[in-house]
Amino acid sequence: MNQLIISAATEGEVNPLMPNIWEMGVVFVGFAILFFIVVKFVVPMFEKTFAERAEAIEGGIAKAEKAQAEASAALEEYKQQLTDARAEANRIREEARAEGAQILADLKEKAAAESARITAQAHAQIESERQAAVVSLRAEVGTLATTLAGRIVGEALTDDERAARVVDRFLADLETQSAGAAK
Amino acid sequence: MHLPAILPWGAAEGFSKQMLLVLLSVVFIAVFFVLAARKQQLVPGKLQFAGEAAYGFVRNGIAKDIIGGRDFIKYVPLLFSLFFFILVNNIYGAIPFFQLPTFSHVGGAYVLAGIVYFTWIAIGVKKNGLRYFKLATVPSGVPWFILPIVIPIEIISNFLVRPVTHSLRLFATMLAGHLIVMIAGYGIEFLIMQENVLLKGTSVLVLAGAIAMYMLEALIMVLQAYVFTLLTAIYIEGALHADSH
Repeated sequence: MNQLIISAATEGEVNPLMPNIWEMGVVFVGFAILFFIVVKFVVPMFEKTFAERAEAIEGGIAKAEKAQAEASAALEEYKQQLTDARAEANRIREEARAEGAQILADLKEKAAAESARITAQAHAQIESERQAAVVSLRAEVGTLATTLAGRIVGEALTDDERAARVVDRFLADLETQSAGAAK
Repeated sequence: MHLPAILPWGAAEGFSKQMLLVLLSVVFIAVFFVLAARKQQLVPGKLQFAGEAAYGFVRNGIAKDIIGGRDFIKYVPLLFSLFFFILVNNIYGAIPFFQLPTFSHVGGAYVLAGIVYFTWIAIGVKKNGLRYFKLATVPSGVPWFILPIVIPIEIISNFLVRPVTHSLRLFATMLAGHLIVMIAGYGIEFLIMQENVLLKGTSVLVLAGAIAMYMLEALIMVLQAYVFTLLTAIYIEGALHADSH
């Protein structure tokens, strides 16, 4: 308390707006030193870092842009290649299909020809066998029939020429009958 | 509130506490920022990051925003030095043991405001020649018959009042804040000394008020450093672009 009163009493006469000249001097010198240090060291060092950082970032951006351009060029190229490959594949498939169809048609034709040939051959064989059978039957049947008829009639029908004529006529009648029935 | 005179230096008073604090502040600021800026890396460490944030605040938040253009960088050192010099010297008032804002004595405020005053006038003259004084005092687009009133007002406000308000704003806020906290301290001491228990108890109320004032004062200390620097930037900008104002 006493200290307060004393200091109030001694300082009461001092106008607070009147500066202490020595204090002004110290502030001036102190600020000047600080300003010198700031100008000489602090600002250049910070600005250098800022500039480097900006450059690093901008350089990075430029690099990234370049990489992106390269990537998109590569992508374009790959797309082009893919399109080409697709076209190529389509073409090959188309060709294969056409070729396949061709082969199939050929085979079909060949098969049809073969089957026709086999059928014709079979027909011919059957026909010839039938002819053979008919001939042999005709001979046998004629002999049997004349033998049978001779026995029944009791008369020798050994006149071969006549007998053969009779048999032939009979068989021709028979064939016309069977042909009429078949129609 | 002075330390005892350290040296019998000067006529009336010796080496005051203020003087010691000013020199200490220079050491604090210089050491901190030189350490923070010394080993610069693209990816900053903690100290460098703090230094860069503080530097960037003045550089971008004040210099670039107010002065702008390409050559704001020329004025960054002055603004940066001013801001941190005033900030540290103000913050002393909120730190126990120091407990004294340097600018509660008016001398320092006069010095800084004077430096700023001559700086912006020099910038104006360098940029515009002697025509600067005409540009700064004769506003364009004002009818001729009002000029006799406007010109004296402009002269007084720009060249006479400006440095005074610039310095006294800082000094007055620091002195007032310092006095309030100090008086609260003495008040608490006085009340605790009382015999009456109830009266003694009221010291708690004063303590609460003092803490609130202390917080407010801490805010004002930072704010005044910012305001002083901001006004400096505005004055410099005005001098640079006098022809467009």
